[in-house]
Amino acid sequence: MPSKVEGWKDEVYGTEVRERLFEFAEEGWEAIPEDEHDAWFERFKWWGLYHQRNGQESYFMMRIGTPNGVLEPGQLRTVAEIADEFARGPADNPEFGGAYCDWTTRQSIQLHWIRIEDVPAIFEKLEANGMSTIQACGDSWRNIVGCPVAGKDEHEHIDAWPIAEELHEEFKGNDAYSNMPRKWKVSVTGCDQGCGQGDINDLAFEPARKEIDGEEITGFNVRVGGGLSRKEPRFARDIDVFCTTEEASDISAGMSALFRDHGNRDNRFNARIKFLVDEWGPEKIRDTLQEQYIDYELRSAGEDLRENYTYNAGHDEVHGDHVGVHEQPDGNYYVGLNVLVGRMGAADALELADLAQQYGSGEVRLTQRQNVILTDVPEGNLDDLLAEPLLEDYSPDPHPFMRGSIACTGTEFCSLSIVETKNRQVRYARWLKDNVELPADTTDFHVHLSGCTASCAQPQIADISLRGMKSRKNDGVVEAFDIGLGGGLGENPHFADWIEMRVPADEVPGYIGNLLDVFEAEREDDESFRDFIAARDEEELGDLADPEETDYEDPYMHNTKQTWYPYAEDDDMEGRPTPARADGTPISADD
Amino acid sequence: MTIEVHTLDDGAWISVNNERRISVSQLWRLATHDFCPCEEADVLVEAFREVGVSYPDIEARIVGECIGCGTDGVTGWVVVGRAIDGEFYSVVPESVHFPG
Ligand code: HEM
Ligand code: SF4
Ligand SMILES: [Zn+2]
Repeated sequence: MPSKVEGWKDEVYGTEVRERLFEFAEEGWEAIPEDEHDAWFERFKWWGLYHQRNGQESYFMMRIGTPNGVLEPGQLRTVAEIADEFARGPADNPEFGGAYCDWTTRQSIQLHWIRIEDVPAIFEKLEANGMSTIQACGDSWRNIVGCPVAGKDEHEHIDAWPIAEELHEEFKGNDAYSNMPRKWKVSVTGCDQGCGQGDINDLAFEPARKEIDGEEITGFNVRVGGGLSRKEPRFARDIDVFCTTEEASDISAGMSALFRDHGNRDNRFNARIKFLVDEWGPEKIRDTLQEQYIDYELRSAGEDLRENYTYNAGHDEVHGDHVGVHEQPDGNYYVGLNVLVGRMGAADALELADLAQQYGSGEVRLTQRQNVILTDVPEGNLDDLLAEPLLEDYSPDPHPFMRGSIACTGTEFCSLSIVETKNRQVRYARWLKDNVELPADTTDFHVHLSGCTASCAQPQIADISLRGMKSRKNDGVVEAFDIGLGGGLGENPHFADWIEMRVPADEVPGYIGNLLDVFEAEREDDESFRDFIAARDEEELGDLADPEETDYEDPYMHNTKQTWYPYAEDDDMEGRPTPARADGTPISADD
Repeated sequence: MTIEVHTLDDGAWISVNNERRISVSQLWRLATHDFCPCEEADVLVEAFREVGVSYPDIEARIVGECIGCGTDGVTGWVVVGRAIDGEFYSVVPESVHFPG
């Protein structure tokens, strides 16, 4: 039987949701019939609006999809102005203030505390500046990701940016693909370092070459069915198909139609295409694609470049996570800046937009590590840019613990979360920087923290993976983490092995410190952390180090999900100021 | 009196008569269950897999992990609330539940 969500989608979905959304906005929050809340909030996701968790009724998270993370000149300013004006809630965040932007692990932007009444004004401003929230959430083509410096990098096999742009144009708002069984995530990589992270996407185009009619053609190999959610992570599987850059759009149409028609609509838990690939195997996926969706003969896979991949491969990083100063093929430079846990205050974002304009072309790009890149900076401008005070907070040369820290949304706003995430990760990173030594040759060290098994922070591909859990300690329930070790991408990607389970959150930094002491003492020569972990079996890994309380203090040990907002002075669910009218006045239940 | 129940946001919470009522992230104690070896399982709710009504009980199958022993999986049907004459009554997760 089709799921309830499928029934709602059958009634209204896709582009037509917008009209009703605008009517509700015009009339105000209270105009949404109470018995239709759930159906409408499910549909609003298609337009990038996600109702925030319980306790925060009437406020929405808004996601803006920026293909390949590219913000054209002027667009960052637009986003920052919108955040400043509209992304303000009833309480401030103690680390980030009252209005901020989140740069996400899929090169998108998230704003919080958005009121439905403000949506038309926000859409108007976004659209006037060439941006949109379309299909940013919901069961459809999500934001297309890729190497964030596509077209700007010396390590390029193909400039994938025009292809990502083409797919974005073709499939966003395309009625034939607007109602999928589940989300559909696509990665297009042209760079020979592997930084499109294709392996963890539903559909991946990866650089390859093939001889066709005696001529060597550059194009893509196709992989299908990657993803990290639940406790069922999968790397995308090779379906033995090569396509030219021109054919990428046919393959995309075919694969997404295959998923649309054959994906599971009865059970949302098993709906992602990774489960269909499990069930069918790559051969049947390829055969079905050929027979039902592609009217020319598919080519077999070409020669890939995977053995050269250095991105998150645990060794020889070439441009690493793109943080730092790197030369472009045109002689200009791109400057990657570290944004701790991907969150930037609106005032800082405005300032960054100014710097991009002043020193570069105005273009800014977002990475899959929640960082930002200013492109097209002439050599002569570098010194002045690097001397700007803003770069003290968003460094091009950050400490490895600051650089490698990624965190998802967590109990601050997310319904699915188990624990607090971003503010805690900020505290972890600072404590680790001040208290834990890394071997001098370790410049890149990833700690990815996700508030639940959905794995939005991509914990399984980090050196240290943290996944939200609960534990009992001193007779109380506390927030905790499962800790995994040794994950990463590269030619032979590997998911972290889960080693220490249900560690109370205040003992995690001590564990990491103890573990790195052992690493420093026992590693062979210049053995990388990932190799060090790979060389040991589960039992040995379990014996390496113990969790420990230290002078690290964690203000979020209590059940933050039971508060209406974890950092509010009065955080009690009963006293929450929500739902609220457009001007912020709470609507009480007995009104 | 019909009771309208469903899970939302991919099992993040249970809606009862179109109000969010029961959410993931709490610990539920289960007795006489076959979820894990523990006599009394202490299950962290990570998602609600299915929800149904056996009047007046609202029952769900929970995706979670016993924090006592680390077993993870899906529980049998657990009473997670009651709806009587259209009024919702919560049950206390920390009290002991007997899955059917
Ligand atoms: C208000 C609630 C939520 C917030 C704020 C949130 C936030 C995020 C963010 C920031 C990302 C990074 C990717 C992007 O830009 O698209 C993401 C990805 C993701 N989200 Fe969420 N999320 C929420 C709810 C959910 C829910 C309910 C699920 C349920 C399954 C989910 C599953 C995922 C997964 C699986 C990924 C990416 C991992 C992959 O590659 O498969 N999120 N989310
Ligand atoms: S990983 Fe879980 S807690 Fe974090 S944003 Fe995703 S769904 Fe929410
Ligand atoms: Zn148990």
